[in-house]
Amino acid sequence: MEVSVHNLTKTFGTLRANDRISLHFAGGQIHGVLGENGAGKSTLMKLLSGFLRPDGGEILLDSTPVALGEPGAALRAGVGMVHQEPLDVPGFSALENLLCAAPRWALPTRIEARNTLIVLAGRLGFSIAPDDPISALTVGQRQQLEIIRLLACGARTLILDEPTTGISAAQARSLFAALRRLAAEGNTVLFVSHKLDEVAAICNTVSVLRAGQVVGEGQVPMPQPQERLLNMMFGGGADHTNPVETPRRGVSTTTNPVETPRRGVSTTVPAWQIEGISARDGNMVLAGLDLSIPAGAVVGLAGLEGSGQQILLRLLCGQLRPSAGQLRLAGVDMAGATSATFRQGGVEYLPADRLVKGLVGPLTLAEHFALLQPGGAIINRHGAEVKARAAITGYNIKATPDSPILSLSGGNQQRAMLAMIPDNTRALVCEQPTRGLDVASARAIWGRLMARRDAGCAVVFATADLDEILDYSDYVLVFFAGRVSQMLPRAELSAYRLAELIGGVGFDAVNGRAKANPQ
Amino acid sequence: MIAHDQATPTISEGHTRRSALLIAALALVGALIFTSLVLLSSNVPPLAAYNLIFLGTFSTPTRISDMVMLASPLLLCSCGLTLTFAAGLYNLGIEGQMALGAVAAMIPLRLLPNLPPPLLWVLAFACGAAGGAMWALLVAGLRIRLQVNEIFAGLGLNFLASGIALYLVLGPWRRIGRASSSGTEPLPTDVWLPTFGTLRVAPAAPVIALIILVLIWFAVTRTRWGLELRAVGLNPQAAGRMGIPATRRLAESLAACGALAGIAGAIQVLAVFHQLIPSISSGIGLLALLVVLLIQANPAWVLPIAAAFAIFTTGSLQMSVALGADSSIAGVLQGALVLFALLARGLSGRR
Amino acid sequence: MEQILITLAAVLATAAPLIFATMGETISERAGVVNLSLDGSMLLAAMAGFAVARVSGSLALGFAAAALVGCLVALILGVLSLSLGQSQTAVGFVLALLCTDLSSFLGTPYVRKPGPAVPHAPLPGLSDIPILGPLLFSHDMLIYASFLLLPTVWWFLYHTRAGLVLRALGERPQTAYARGVPVIRLRYLYLLIGGALVGIAGAAYSLDLKQGWSYRHTFGTGWIALAIVIFGGWHPWRVAIGCYLFAALQSLASRSQSVLPSIPTQVFQVAPFVLMIVVLALINLLASPGTAHRLATLPKPLRRPAERFVGWLATPAPAALGQPFQRP
Repeated sequence: MEVSVHNLTKTFGTLRANDRISLHFAGGQIHGVLGENGAGKSTLMKLLSGFLRPDGGEILLDSTPVALGEPGAALRAGVGMVHQEPLDVPGFSALENLLCAAPRWALPTRIEARNTLIVLAGRLGFSIAPDDPISALTVGQRQQLEIIRLLACGARTLILDEPTTGISAAQARSLFAALRRLAAEGNTVLFVSHKLDEVAAICNTVSVLRAGQVVGEGQVPMPQPQERLLNMMFGGGADHTNPVETPRRGVSTTTNPVETPRRGVSTTVPAWQIEGISARDGNMVLAGLDLSIPAGAVVGLAGLEGSGQQILLRLLCGQLRPSAGQLRLAGVDMAGATSATFRQGGVEYLPADRLVKGLVGPLTLAEHFALLQPGGAIINRHGAEVKARAAITGYNIKATPDSPILSLSGGNQQRAMLAMIPDNTRALVCEQPTRGLDVASARAIWGRLMARRDAGCAVVFATADLDEILDYSDYVLVFFAGRVSQMLPRAELSAYRLAELIGGVGFDAVNGRAKANPQ
Repeated sequence: MIAHDQATPTISEGHTRRSALLIAALALVGALIFTSLVLLSSNVPPLAAYNLIFLGTFSTPTRISDMVMLASPLLLCSCGLTLTFAAGLYNLGIEGQMALGAVAAMIPLRLLPNLPPPLLWVLAFACGAAGGAMWALLVAGLRIRLQVNEIFAGLGLNFLASGIALYLVLGPWRRIGRASSSGTEPLPTDVWLPTFGTLRVAPAAPVIALIILVLIWFAVTRTRWGLELRAVGLNPQAAGRMGIPATRRLAESLAACGALAGIAGAIQVLAVFHQLIPSISSGIGLLALLVVLLIQANPAWVLPIAAAFAIFTTGSLQMSVALGADSSIAGVLQGALVLFALLARGLSGRR
Repeated sequence: MEQILITLAAVLATAAPLIFATMGETISERAGVVNLSLDGSMLLAAMAGFAVARVSGSLALGFAAAALVGCLVALILGVLSLSLGQSQTAVGFVLALLCTDLSSFLGTPYVRKPGPAVPHAPLPGLSDIPILGPLLFSHDMLIYASFLLLPTVWWFLYHTRAGLVLRALGERPQTAYARGVPVIRLRYLYLLIGGALVGIAGAAYSLDLKQGWSYRHTFGTGWIALAIVIFGGWHPWRVAIGCYLFAALQSLASRSQSVLPSIPTQVFQVAPFVLMIVVLALINLLASPGTAHRLATLPKPLRRPAERFVGWLATPAPAALGQPFQRP
């Protein structure tokens, strides 16, 4: 089955997630789609699988234009998508998941469905028993079940979105074998990934997306030199091999970056000390992590979203309790502490979902400041308003003290969240500090964060934006496919090297002992 | 248990005045049309019925007193529910809290009948508040410790509380000599709350209710505690991030609501029925829920709507005598008002 | 022996309305919609069913009217919550109160009036079987229908494709949506089916078990039905056990009345409700995390069966129950 897109465009507000994308995926091949976080890969796949409707352009299946209004339509047209977190029903068995909402012509009876499951699983080298409950299957097996289901329901194009996140190496191997087999039988496979070695291993062609657009001449046949792919993904320049010369916005250019003393780095207790920590968050487990995060430093967590950064961030602000190991905050052992204790110890948490976890939407800016007042039973309206006005001028927030927070733009909400951080904060945990913000707001936010850092506060942040990591971090931690690197000083890291590491190239050299693994 | 759905009514903030009034108007019109249709289908002349419902209360001073004595506990319960709705809870257990408050208020009245009445009143109110608060804390405990949805905990405890009241009325506290199931021995008249002239109204009741109203309004709009409650109701995660002890606030709001319901129960015992009867709460708690659902827990509107509902109910009591129709038409009007308000809100896109 | 059989048969009969109501609510809640208006819609349907049957003389019309009323109330709940985004709890609760008052008001002309009743219909031949005869086959059509409803609902939920989709609607509607299932439309359908069954449950009182119409005729049974659905873990057989248990408690209560004549009737009327709630609370206690800890300290041979028992008792609610469905 041939899949083509012509000038496909999708816009979310002011963000062009997909900008006039034209690609052609021939049948019977495995096509890789590369790109960093936020490049537009997910949007493209959602458009192809019917979860989103395009704002412009068209999709053609076997040279026929189709309008895929909703996922059911896409499946009927023969396109099926396997999500990173497979969409199944938790309380069901494998067989029931197969049967649920499957068309009659595909699986007429339960007996036939059982046979189909066994036959297809055997043919593809998967090991799933029909009566296993979903809760007992690993992510890899659930993925396999999804693939079987899609094939049984007549999909001839399979889209896999970062399929090897969260599965073991052995399962990845059997997945690849299955995909090669499927391609050989005439199916089309779209393989979305950020892992260069895997794309090199199985893909016949590769297309690279960056900032919503196709890079270069579009689809190129594999094999391709890694360097070229990395350039296409991250946009290299001539000086990408020289680490020190990459300009850093956080440091003055007149001094040697490596030697600039940071106030409080070597003289005070590290902000966090982590020894042998193991923690689990849903499906992911982080084990054996040893880390020492100095005060007055910015640490960036790089890597594909969902590779374990979230666990570390939640550990650092006390939202997750470790199952083993020790965590010390400024020298104080935090065993058994709640997030409230962390807060009292000076750790503030800035979530990515501002309106879901960070701010109370319908309340006004002044009311937020009123809530943060140290004491007093009566609301000090005047004091809160004064603080709100100070925040508005100091942080350049476009709002009035009586504006409800949800009426503010994302950038202003972020500024407001920053403005609410008490002065004596000694550590900041930020999930994606500049997500969805325009350049000016992002710069302003970082100006503030840098000021905090200079005053001795430690800042740990995760982001999808590589440039942000490169521009502002003092140290970088890379998360890749279940492994966590050592803490790498930024000064020793070039943009190119970082891109390599995120793609998994040469990771062993910097591998720490910790592992982040799905369970 | 049932996952808590997001659309709990909370104190509305960014409403534009005009759209809120529009919604109110739509609700009123819709409810009146609906109720009129119901009246017509039973061959009851609507205008005569509305005359009773809206104006019937004011026809005699006795009826006005009855209205006031209904409005006072209704106001108290509505104030309490304002707190729990602010915190994002559906406290359907308020009937049980009121009943148990009434039972608790009886305790000092029965144990220490020889104390001077003013002291007894203070004790009765204090015990009533404590009893209601304790019953509400059971709901809080079930929700926080055992993850039992407060709706079902509340409903279940309502049954339990009515069972306790029934047991007491028919068992240990029953009237000696008379095999009566209608209530305990009536309290001696000097323990009754003093009335106004020859009327049945005890001014203490509305006075207490109004004082509480002001306190609640103040707590919700002016104190840190009230603001924290609202934050917890709107977004418990963000509230926790900002240092607010969310579960504690939930429990506190339930306890406060229970206490107010208990005081309402004490009023029922001291000033309305002068005894403990099996259905001491008389559906006032449920009516208060309707009040709060209608006004989306906005403290400014509690008094007018509670008073209006009390007027409707009292007025309609004459229905059967005057028009041969059942007095539950007031309940139809009240329910229809809330239903059409929900409809209007839904149509206007507001949650 | 004869007496015991008669008593048991009576329990099976009195539980019939509860069976209808709880089966309807189970269907609705498994699809993700909680219908809190049960008590009110049962009353309104009972009144409507009785009124129509009395006026028309036809039982069939009466039951049809009751089912229709149940459907209409469910439809209002559906429109306001599924389509207009209002809280299912708030709407359901208001409807419960509104329908109760509507039934009182509209039903006044019918209070204590005679009307048709479902005729006793012992099955020829079968009702002569020694023990099972009087127990199972000497009832009327409505009771037989309740016997048949139970396995039907169970079969539908667990052995049909449509039932599979229904359960997915309540557990993870996003998955159903991704597979092309019209989530909202199906939720409406199952809500309406549940409403119709609830309506029939109401008529089961006024046209059969508690023949006639009076104020608060069904006496709070709707609220207990909601509790029984939870108690039964949203599984038809366990819910049915809850229904029969409650009916047995009611029977026990009325028996005790004759043994303890000094205690007035109201106590016996209220006692089953109270006991049911206590049982529910105990179940919840057993299912709580605290118990899991205590169980872990039991000696090995006892632990596995104990944990399995508690696990069986503590079925969690359908994960998406009560939550509005957002397209992913």
